[in-house]
Amino acid sequence: MGPAGDRHAERGLPIIIGPDEAPKAAKTTPLDALHQALGARMVTFAGYSMPLQYRPGIVAEHRHCREHAALFDVSHMGQAMLHGAAAAAALEQLVPSDIMGLSPGRQRYTVLLNEAGGILDDVMVANLGQERLLLVVNASRKDADFAHLAANLGESRVEVLEGRALLALQGPSAAAVLGALAPQAGSLPFMGSAALGVAGIPCIVSRSGYTGEDGFEISLPGAQAEDLARRLLAATEVIPAGLGARDTLRLEAGFCLYGNDIDELTTPVEAGLAWTIGKRRRVAWDFPGAAAIRDQLENGPTRRRVGLRPEGRAPARSGIEIVAEDGTRAGTITSGGFSPTLSAPIAMAYVRADLAAETTPVLLLARNRQLPARVSKLPFVPHRYAS
Amino acid sequence: MALLRYTAEHEWVRLDDDIATVGITDYAQQALGDVVFVELPEPGRELSEGEACAVVESVKAASDVYAPLAGRITEANAEIVTDPSLVNSSPEERGWFFRMAVADAAAIDKLMDADAYAALLKTL
Repeated sequence: MGPAGDRHAERGLPIIIGPDEAPKAAKTTPLDALHQALGARMVTFAGYSMPLQYRPGIVAEHRHCREHAALFDVSHMGQAMLHGAAAAAALEQLVPSDIMGLSPGRQRYTVLLNEAGGILDDVMVANLGQERLLLVVNASRKDADFAHLAANLGESRVEVLEGRALLALQGPSAAAVLGALAPQAGSLPFMGSAALGVAGIPCIVSRSGYTGEDGFEISLPGAQAEDLARRLLAATEVIPAGLGARDTLRLEAGFCLYGNDIDELTTPVEAGLAWTIGKRRRVAWDFPGAAAIRDQLENGPTRRRVGLRPEGRAPARSGIEIVAEDGTRAGTITSGGFSPTLSAPIAMAYVRADLAAETTPVLLLARNRQLPARVSKLPFVPHRYAS
Repeated sequence: MALLRYTAEHEWVRLDDDIATVGITDYAQQALGDVVFVELPEPGRELSEGEACAVVESVKAASDVYAPLAGRITEANAEIVTDPSLVNSSPEERGWFFRMAVADAAAIDKLMDADAYAALLKTL
């Protein structure tokens, strides 16, 4: 056996960095020792040594998450606190969402935009009350994001939270499991956020995630992360899951991976994220790239992010070119792989706007062939959030 | 009397008279992770030794499988096409990939026996 000739699988490996990245140079999260103890297979992602999978493997971890609960270490992501009464208004200079209207105890998904309306990162913002906004950003973008925030909000307003951990407990059993350690967790609404003691540990808990299931993201001091992780793993419903399952879950849920499905050259309109633009912002048009975005909203973008269902069983990975049935260029796959829930290949792609309707047939240029596929709605697997 | 041999590319070959059954080893399936797709050669196809003739894909990787001996494909294992997980759960039995009529049965002597393959694994 050897690495497959057409290399598309390698391009579809967002989490494995090139061979010149020395594993020993990678940073570690506060749960590194626990991952080793649990027999994780580690990979390097965004400069961090992270678990790709544990002994059950990616498919089993994925299915266990959808059926019960899984615990993910996402401590590599960036966390920062924005301080002050003016922080929300200042953040609105960088994002198209309504942040000033984000109530205490609520969280919102938004995007940092550049002057062309391109996406610098997708982030979560939580209003913790007392003039504090907690930002969670992608690991691969955190240095750039924090510099961007400091430059625009002023350094005194941006407190990068070094040494904090972030755990994601996801799945239909997550509320029961977390509720046993934090009785108030069960009454958090979807996208609610609160400072809660969990097994006596001071945490910031949000009811949100990257899987499409009910679940929680728990921010806590790094020094107590292993303790909390072990307590959560002690519940019979919970198994640890790695970045492999995290990727298959989010793809089924139709969520973007920064660097694959969204980047500085994609606008929220193209990406299907126009819903992040707040109502008031669509009147004021007072965010970066507003003119370009307004034009796309009024006239339609030239391309759109869509789901794809390849025919047959072969996965179609990131980078694969797409043509219409008449042979004209149609677009490119940005994420693709195998769906454990559907037992079938799924993908996300940008396609020409005229080809973006559900069920449109297209052809994927892969494996020296033209493989049929159809445009599919997103998500591939329905979301099952708490109300 | 079947002969079992291994290649440095982590394939196993079971030779019965002049029909060779080929699959990937337990080491290979573990390294790959959950297999989700296989592409097998068509019966009738002629292969030279070392020619890439099948593809096995896991969630996170794709690998070529090479013909360990020269010959002609006689059969492809339809079971692993419909259920690729057999490659993980039974790599050296039900998870076989293809069978071939070998041109020169004596060529199997060039391949590693079980002890030599085990020794190779120790170096990895």
